[in-house]
Amino acid sequence: MSLVNLHQVHKYYGDHHVLKGIDLDIKAGEVVSIIGRSGSGKSTLLRCINGLEQYQKGGITLDGKEVTTDDIQVRRLALSVGMIFQNFNLFPHMTVGENVMLAPTIVLKKSKAEAEATARAMLEKVGLAEKFDSFPEKLSGGQQQRVAIARALAMSPKVLLCDEITSALDPELVGEVLKVLEQLAKEGMTLILVTHEMNFARDVGSRVVFMHQGKVWEQGDSKTLLSNPQTDELKQFMGAVL
Amino acid sequence: MIEFSNYDILRNLLFATQWTILLSLAAFVGGTTVALALTAMRLTRNAIMRTLVRMYVELFQGTPLLMQMFLCFFGLSMLGYEISAWGAAILSLTFFTSAFLVEIWRGCIDTLPKGQWEASRCLGLSFLQTLRFIILPQAIRVATAPTVGFSVQVIKGTALASVIGFVELTKVGTMLNNATFEPFKVFTLVALIYFMLCYPLSLYSKHLEKKFNVSR
Ligand SMILES: Nc1ncnc2c1ncn2[C@@H]1O[C@H](COP(=O)(O)OP(=O)(O)O)[C@@H](O)[C@H]1O
Ligand SMILES: [Mg+2]
Repeated sequence: MSLVNLHQVHKYYGDHHVLKGIDLDIKAGEVVSIIGRSGSGKSTLLRCINGLEQYQKGGITLDGKEVTTDDIQVRRLALSVGMIFQNFNLFPHMTVGENVMLAPTIVLKKSKAEAEATARAMLEKVGLAEKFDSFPEKLSGGQQQRVAIARALAMSPKVLLCDEITSALDPELVGEVLKVLEQLAKEGMTLILVTHEMNFARDVGSRVVFMHQGKVWEQGDSKTLLSNPQTDELKQFMGAVL
Repeated sequence: MIEFSNYDILRNLLFATQWTILLSLAAFVGGTTVALALTAMRLTRNAIMRTLVRMYVELFQGTPLLMQMFLCFFGLSMLGYEISAWGAAILSLTFFTSAFLVEIWRGCIDTLPKGQWEASRCLGLSFLQTLRFIILPQAIRVATAPTVGFSVQVIKGTALASVIGFVELTKVGTMLNNATFEPFKVFTLVALIYFMLCYPLSLYSKHLEKKFNVSR
């Protein structure tokens, strides 16, 4: 059964038609890389999946339940969808530990001890156990992004959405974040990531979706698609990024 | 006619200063409370609530505080609500203070990255939880300096309460002037007392601003 399903999704900003009939079906455990030029609608697509943006036509379901931007719906959705942003969006006034513990405590109503145990385990997983009491500003970009991943994982999501999560990082810090993602992929986490890391998409990803002008232009098994693109647009795009 | 020594003048003025301070505090507490509620309303996605707040701000920022005080005092009594000068002064100063604080705080909250709201939403926090745990703690750091700075305007605004008969510093100054015919002496003292109330607050606000700019 599909975990995330988009059926003929259309999204407009005013009269700007940004998503033009997206069909996408993602099963649990898949690692889907969304690639495409800037402005092709990749972020908008992710943001529709977790209810940050309202779409105007079509349907999106998560685990069979319809996705809307209704506040209560979005909060229910947040229990199964985690999101990681390009610029981390950690809470700067809280320590790393507090960042990770916050949602489990006030949303899942876990006890403080339980939330702390979860937080420590998640930080361990991303290799930052010793940073529990540090403030985000003391960490490198790569470390901050790993905290953001730990924070999302603490809610035990079924799927993680990642929007260019290595794009704001210095090149030497990209690897440590991708390694965490790779580990998650191995453990069977469903990942939908907008990325420019073609090697990662090929080697770790199971599927590549190429977006162009608000449409899914071409998609398929990551290794096949990237070594043998069918459309001119994808060929051109790959020429540009490689 | 009673003779007023310098000591008498000063003693009377200082006594009246207590009422100025008390009125300022009451207006500030009332204004902050109302401004908090209005700020929360302004941040919701409910367009009607946001419009109401905007109208409130425009109404009370767009009319003189003196008129607001007149309306609260004389207007309400004409409508059959007996209100003391003290009550009318607090009420109108609360309107005034809150209308400005909402705008000041709006500026502070808008400096926080949108990503803070989105990250909270993605973690499943409700609107009020986001305000309480994410937005307010960060906004307070930014807002303290301009808020303290604005409190100076509140103190000066209390002087207007003298015209509806509330006996505070300015009113007592006027009364002493009528009794002594020494306007220069009396009003210099009055001004000096206002200055001594306001100047430390201005200094403190500047200090907070510097501290904040260094720490970020
Ligand atoms: N909040 C917004 N308001 C109006 N237009 C937007 C907004 N967000 C994105 N867009 C437009 O939608 C299109 C797709 O944007 P986006 O999904 O961010 O593309 P990508 O992530 O692929 O670079 C762009 O043309 C962008 O200008
Ligand atoms: Mg984008």
